[in-house]
Amino acid sequence: MDTRPHDHIVRSYDEERERLAGEILRMGAMAASQLEAALGAVDLRDGHAAARIAANDDAIDDLEREVSHNVMQLAMRGPLARDLREILAALRIASDIERVGDYAANVARRAATLAGSPPLPHTRTLNALGQLALSQFRAVLHAYQATDAEAAQRIRTRDADLDALYTGLFRELLTYMMEDARAITPCTHLLFMAKNLERIGDHATNIAENVWFLVHGEDSLPPREKRDGTSGPGGAPAPP
Amino acid sequence: MTGLPPGSPMNDSIALTMQHAPAATRRRNLAGEMPGKIVVDGLDFHYGGFHALKGIRLAIPERRVTALIGPSGCGKSTLLRVFNRIYALYPGLKARGRVLLDGEDILSPRYPINRLRSKVGMVFQKPVPFPMSVYENVAYAIRHHEKLPRSRLDERVEQALRQAALWDEVKDKLRHSALGLSGGQQQRLCIARAVALRPDVLLLDEPTSALDPVSTSRIEQLIDELRNQYTIVIVTHNMQQAARVSDYTAFMYLGELVEHGPTSVIFSKPSRRQTEDYITGRFG
Amino acid sequence: MSAASTPSMHMAGGTDRLYARRRITNAVATSFAVATALAGLFFLGWILWTLVSRAVAGLDWQLFTGMTPPPMQEGGLLNAFFGSAVMCALAIAIGTPLGMAAGTWLSEYGHARKAAMVVRFVNDILLSAPSIVLGLFVYSLVVMGSGGRFSALAGAIALAFIVLPVVVRTTDEMLRLVPVQMREAALSLGVPQWKVTVQVLYRSAAGGIVTGILLALARISGETAPLLFTAFGNQYWNANLLEPMASVPVVIYQYAGSPYESWQQLAWAGAFVLTSFVLLCSLAARAIFLRKRISQ
Repeated sequence: MDTRPHDHIVRSYDEERERLAGEILRMGAMAASQLEAALGAVDLRDGHAAARIAANDDAIDDLEREVSHNVMQLAMRGPLARDLREILAALRIASDIERVGDYAANVARRAATLAGSPPLPHTRTLNALGQLALSQFRAVLHAYQATDAEAAQRIRTRDADLDALYTGLFRELLTYMMEDARAITPCTHLLFMAKNLERIGDHATNIAENVWFLVHGEDSLPPREKRDGTSGPGGAPAPP
Repeated sequence: MTGLPPGSPMNDSIALTMQHAPAATRRRNLAGEMPGKIVVDGLDFHYGGFHALKGIRLAIPERRVTALIGPSGCGKSTLLRVFNRIYALYPGLKARGRVLLDGEDILSPRYPINRLRSKVGMVFQKPVPFPMSVYENVAYAIRHHEKLPRSRLDERVEQALRQAALWDEVKDKLRHSALGLSGGQQQRLCIARAVALRPDVLLLDEPTSALDPVSTSRIEQLIDELRNQYTIVIVTHNMQQAARVSDYTAFMYLGELVEHGPTSVIFSKPSRRQTEDYITGRFG
Repeated sequence: MSAASTPSMHMAGGTDRLYARRRITNAVATSFAVATALAGLFFLGWILWTLVSRAVAGLDWQLFTGMTPPPMQEGGLLNAFFGSAVMCALAIAIGTPLGMAAGTWLSEYGHARKAAMVVRFVNDILLSAPSIVLGLFVYSLVVMGSGGRFSALAGAIALAFIVLPVVVRTTDEMLRLVPVQMREAALSLGVPQWKVTVQVLYRSAAGGIVTGILLALARISGETAPLLFTAFGNQYWNANLLEPMASVPVVIYQYAGSPYESWQQLAWAGAFVLTSFVLLCSLAARAIFLRKRISQ
């Protein structure tokens, strides 16, 4: 079915829809730049930048409230079919983006703490993890803008790579901590930051699923693998 | 069924929840069609030279609510009015094809029209109580079709008024003129009048368009209560009402049946572009 | 702001003139309408006043107990009242069922068919046919056909010809006013057409049909011309339908033009009673119609 819809007979409906989509994209762009800045703060060990990033998170929360309000306005019009799927998807996606913003702020805060400790080699891997998460997030926002369910599908499958990278970093950090007890504190911070980035990847996947829902309704997605091996057997190496 | 990937842990808890879902939700989630109480097999209808219905093929499932929706002039009311052959009142209206009720073709001249109308009742858009008392309104048709002693007749009238959720409001006013009731009450009286004959099928032609929102809700509640006993076909131009009230929906346009299926599917993800455009207010 | 107000003030000036002109036109038309209404009412009042003032002397019990007297004697109009009552009642009894049947056919079965259009047209002609023509027709048919015998029956038949088209028209229109949904609702209960017509439609249109009958009654009670050639008139009391019978309008006709004082007095009194009867019929018709409107 051709996905480009006709205009609504009531023009203000289309205007409100566009406003909603615009707010979501703006929220997404803000969260993405927060994440980018947080990763930069980790790399440059910049404590002040970290504080600024954490403060900016309020703007994203405000936007989420705006989106909720707009969804309620649209819901009052009794939308059906695609219109209904749009507002449901918008509500869920806004929530996911807000969480991404929170995680980015968390990473920034821990970066500030980490800046006080001697530098670790693993921050490079963390950066790679972060960049992958960032590219997933940006890609899914793009898929939302273009209502491209196939692209969303692909993003969803790529999450497996993110999980694999995270599992690897997890194992490395555990090994390092076991070798050198002084590294435990900074490594723990890194562990949490890695987890946050992996969660960002998950939220990007959620958004991808919502984009699919927007286009295809409740038709089921094809199955995907999860390669986060940290919570299963073989996640932790055997103690020496 | 839940839209989540199979194997997802959420599915199990959702399945458990569904087992205990209220009956209404279970009914609404029926997939596919059941054999029809009314089966329309290639129906064509003409108003003089105008071809109003074109080759309609549709099965109306038994003891479910089926909604007919579509823009003005699409033929939904025309189709409804074929089911009790009320169009026969007007010259120049011709129906061709077959419409089977319990397997018998009701368009055949051999099918007695008054028997058809005692099996298929109709409620119209404008409440039209007869100029008689409330009691007489309901008893009118019963008296014609059946010879009942007074006490049995009283029982039937009370039953019908109870079914129409009107008994409590009129039980002290049975001998008063029906014209003194409010619009919503009059419409429920018309429903009582129709169910008094214990028909198999109830045809509702935009039953709430002339009513205020509270009366509309009362009638929708009534439809919910009658759902299990009667096969109901409702024509409505209110999309949300069709979504609230029906189990199956058929969308018509310019005399053709464009799409039909379970309401939950039609209103969340219709397969035809035209259907979606109409439902979302993009044309029509 | 002041620059902007100048063009709008111009506009205001123009609009003011327009409104003023309209007010004047309105006032002139209203006064004209009121004046003509008052003129009509004035003449009506004059007629009624004349009627009442002339009749009042003759209104006594004897008017309702005595027979029409010979010239220069006192009497009453009992036989005329009786004759009018009988002939009007008979005319209604003949004209109403036929008229209702025809009206029902026109409304329920005729629809817009050619036959129905013809029937309506002919009915309209009959409705406005001069009553004297109807009287002559009945004269040639019934009076001459029975060998030159004037009779109350012939009179009633002539009056029935006046009642018939009124009832046909009224029944047709009142039935057509019943919303089509009521027919459909009754038919969809599996009740046959004729039962629906009699049990539901007549009840619904009853008020209007009765009003039509009352108005027909009011009309025929004052018809003189047809009775002249059919019932002829009778000086004496007569209760035999096959004999000539007196009637109020004919008596008025005869007595008003006579040179006898007592006869003229009786004519005025009779005219007053007749007018009162017509007024009563009209009021009754209006009461029924309004009561039906309120109950809807």
